[in-house]
Amino acid sequence: MSAQPAVRAGPGSRRRVRDRPPPVAVAMAVVAVAFFTLPFAGVLWRLPWSDAWSILSDPEVLTALRLSVMCSTVAAIASLVFGLPLAWLLATIDFPGRRVVRALCALSMVLPPVVGGVALLFALGRRGLLGGPLDDIFGITLPYTTTAVIIAQTFVAMPFLVLTVEGALRQHDHRDAEAARTLGASRWYAFSRVTLPAIRPAVVAGMVLAWARALGEFGATITFAGNSSGRTRTLPMKAYLSLQSDPPEALVISLVLIAVSFVVLIALRERWLGNGLGSAV
Amino acid sequence: MSRHIPLVLLAALSLALAASACGDDDPAKGDVSGDITVFAAASLSGAYEEIAALYERQHDGASVELNFAASSELAVQITEGADVDVFASADEPNMEKVVDEVEGEPSVFATNTLTILTEPGNPKSIEGVTDLAERELIVVSCGPDVPIGAYTRQVFEDAGVEVELDSEEADVTAVANKVVLGEADAGIVYATDAVAAGDAASSIAIPADLNVVAEYPIAALDGNGAPFRDLVLGDEGQAILAEYGFTSPTSSS
Repeated sequence: MSAQPAVRAGPGSRRRVRDRPPPVAVAMAVVAVAFFTLPFAGVLWRLPWSDAWSILSDPEVLTALRLSVMCSTVAAIASLVFGLPLAWLLATIDFPGRRVVRALCALSMVLPPVVGGVALLFALGRRGLLGGPLDDIFGITLPYTTTAVIIAQTFVAMPFLVLTVEGALRQHDHRDAEAARTLGASRWYAFSRVTLPAIRPAVVAGMVLAWARALGEFGATITFAGNSSGRTRTLPMKAYLSLQSDPPEALVISLVLIAVSFVVLIALRERWLGNGLGSAV
Repeated sequence: MSRHIPLVLLAALSLALAASACGDDDPAKGDVSGDITVFAAASLSGAYEEIAALYERQHDGASVELNFAASSELAVQITEGADVDVFASADEPNMEKVVDEVEGEPSVFATNTLTILTEPGNPKSIEGVTDLAERELIVVSCGPDVPIGAYTRQVFEDAGVEVELDSEEADVTAVANKVVLGEADAGIVYATDAVAAGDAASSIAIPADLNVVAEYPIAALDGNGAPFRDLVLGDEGQAILAEYGFTSPTSSS
């Protein structure tokens, strides 16, 4: 792409030449930045600033906000509880089919959320693979419950934690933990006192990413958990509904979600991650 | 394989997908050679696909872009500037929302009634609207802005029952699907949806004194849409609609 031969460094070469950036690249980059910024500018432009506070204190909006924060927090914790051991296994134990397991665990990241919701319905719905027996034997029906929201959110959010932590564990130097083990530390002691503190930034980053993804979840939730005020209607769903009845309300809710996501990304970049994923986020 | 690149790609891709799953496809611009975009209520999907095929045969080389969703969602898209030639709504209030964009008066082209949809064979022995108030039953509908949601609330009110809805789905098709999939015990849908569901569901009639007559208005939003509107209002369009269980507005009154 570069016009200046000076910067055409070959692969592997570390040579960097300080030079004026090529105008074509700058122009393309400006288009890209505008492309990402314009939709948010659109929201800000149409936002009913004077009514924003009264909209935010609307009981229906507050109910959705509470439910959203509660569910995505539980989803992030569930992601940690199940995802951390999984990440550790994926990073440290070389078992057959590891690649397949890793791909399976990341599948819900790239799947359209609605497809994820349909899959959850066929697995955990009243007529589902596991949901059928659950309903028949124990009388537990998952769809249309808050639990279903948390399940849907965890389903899409956990891979963010697993992949972030697994990446950190693979880069981590395991000799310290091994040394602790030879000095008589139990496996758990060595992990919790040596390995875990070392990878803590990645664990925090993974949890925050998982939390943010859970907060924004829409497709899998509405398909699997339904949409009912106080029980399953999260903030994104409230925004979707408001768009049909009360567009200003949808704008205010959107702004809240945009602001939260933006703060999360900035915080990740500034505080917890110096390199690696941090430079990517 | 580098460890970071795939992760970043995955993250970016999933965010993009998460965002795209909520939106609708951009309708193609329909300004040339009879190509048109039609926004129609979800309950019209079967009939309108057939009418669109007829239109394409009659207008050589023209193509009809169909967008089915809740009328309330379509109305928002139109007021926000979607490039649409024809809008067919399942109720008057949502047509009213786009009245500024419409050329000429909207005309009612079909009517529909409501029915209770249950699982095949009606395993929960639901006999009428009042039975739906039972807490044990999973009953789904739509929000109050979606036509079927508004009609359903009207039926509940006329029958004097309070029904706690377990979910407000996006449109009537989603309500019918939840019943067909066995994830809901009952939902109130249009009679035409019960016809479309066939053996996959049973339907329990709502008596006429509690039922509502849903009137479907159609309007052309510009000159390009007029031929399609006329086709729907004409004999050929009416015959197709009748096949799907809709009643012609002239014969219903």
